[in-house]
Amino acid sequence: MSPALLEALAVEWVGPYGLLRLERGPLEPGTPGQFFMLRPRGLLLPRPMSLCLAPPGELAFLVDPVGPGTRALLEVERGEAVSVLGPLGNGFRLDVSRPLLVGGGIGIAPFPYLSRALGRPPAVLGFRSWRHAEAAALVPNAEVVVEPELVTDALRAGHDVLACGPEAMLRAVAGLASGAQLAWEAPMACGYGACYGCAVEIEGRLARLCVEGPVLTGRGRCLAPVTSERAVA
Amino acid sequence: MILNASGCLDALTAPDVARELDAFVTKTVTPLPRDGNEPVRIAETEVGMLNSIGLANPGIDRFLEAVLPALLELGVPIWVSVGGFCAEDYAEVCARLEDAPVEVVELNVSCPNVAAPDEGAHEIVAAARAQSAKPLYAKLSPASPDIAATAAAAAEAGADGLSLVNTLRALALDSRTLRPRLGPGAGGLSGPALRPVALAAVYACYRAVDLPIVGMGGVETGRQALELIAAGASSVALGTVLFSDPGAPARVRAELAREAAQSGFQSGIEARGSAHRPMSGTPSDAVVIMENETWRRRGALT
Repeated sequence: MSPALLEALAVEWVGPYGLLRLERGPLEPGTPGQFFMLRPRGLLLPRPMSLCLAPPGELAFLVDPVGPGTRALLEVERGEAVSVLGPLGNGFRLDVSRPLLVGGGIGIAPFPYLSRALGRPPAVLGFRSWRHAEAAALVPNAEVVVEPELVTDALRAGHDVLACGPEAMLRAVAGLASGAQLAWEAPMACGYGACYGCAVEIEGRLARLCVEGPVLTGRGRCLAPVTSERAVA
Repeated sequence: MILNASGCLDALTAPDVARELDAFVTKTVTPLPRDGNEPVRIAETEVGMLNSIGLANPGIDRFLEAVLPALLELGVPIWVSVGGFCAEDYAEVCARLEDAPVEVVELNVSCPNVAAPDEGAHEIVAAARAQSAKPLYAKLSPASPDIAATAAAAAEAGADGLSLVNTLRALALDSRTLRPRLGPGAGGLSGPALRPVALAAVYACYRAVDLPIVGMGGVETGRQALELIAAGASSVALGTVLFSDPGAPARVRAELAREAAQSGFQSGIEARGSAHRPMSGTPSDAVVIMENETWRRRGALT
């Protein structure tokens, strides 16, 4: 298990976010909701990123430049090699009959790839501004809400919810849609179970998100692993 | 020998990585199960990484029942890291491991992320020694004011080897909120900043005691592993580098062989202690001698 060095093809801006396009190299795209560890140039630790798009021969990641690592990832030069490990963790369970994607902000990152896998289901996407909402163009059949309106205001009953976004949004969605699949997030040093850094309370105890998740199921106020096929790089 | 630093690899989630090691060192095992510290548990700084995991582990009962049998199936020698909150904890876990097929017991007497036992390294090693005939390695903190004296005390109490060094207590603040970035506040610093600290600890302990030493602290390359060996390490453990490069064991091993040859040694281990050997003349004289030797070996100088 070694990271692959993938050639950077382009960074395309979508509102305030950058879509980092890499050649696919020897890596498989994996299941939607799985993630990859991308190491920014000059920094010690790689960053976990879920796959946004998998065009032929490419892997593309939607990145919000909020810190030194994410900024460095979007400053790569065309042709530069980026260290990438993955796919890692457990993705979304795709055996759902009436899918509805619910996303907030940069949490929409895995949805373009997920939407294709599920046959372009409806989506409700929330953003903090109309500039951020430009990223909704990446997701087919999306209804967009912008603050102060929240995705929970637009949530419709009778769907299998697949959600990704800030923790407060995920907890609110889990409260409204029992059994929702929630793509969770935690700081991670390794992504493959080595560092024990990404602890999240799952079924009442602190467990590694990279091993048990990152996609979890909401059961009341509790989180549980999804019972999907486990894929390891 | 190339090992992993305790707590920097789970051989069961990454068996292919563990199989590249000469021995796998477990995460620290305590008498009772521990969930570990509240998140946030890791943070990156400009000079290294902070962690505050807090000895998350299944406890000795479940370790012996479920974890160790699975580890043994890997076919890699197993070293078990043992921890606790008093000397009696260490003694208890050592007694439980006595009949288990583990190669070495490493006594983690230096975790910066949990309350330290009242007893010092001498008492803890002595208590473990009384319960164990297995090779005991004492893992020491670089924060000790005189690490060579601590090493000598551990040796006197019956330690068979040293693991140098554990992480160094450190703090990172969020630049916006000016509050600690880790949930528990401070954490242990690892990575590049620890490298010269580890080198100094290994150098000092090699002079003080005649024991095998596992050197660790920020090693990313074969050249850095060779430097630790030159300072006195007999083995090298990889820690933080495993997080960004799970292929590091095989890579560092190959680089070490190459770097050792380039410095005129048959193998990495042959360089052990070379930092302590006197040189005739000045350092630059030595460089000239080494360069002449290189050219001579290529047949270009007679």
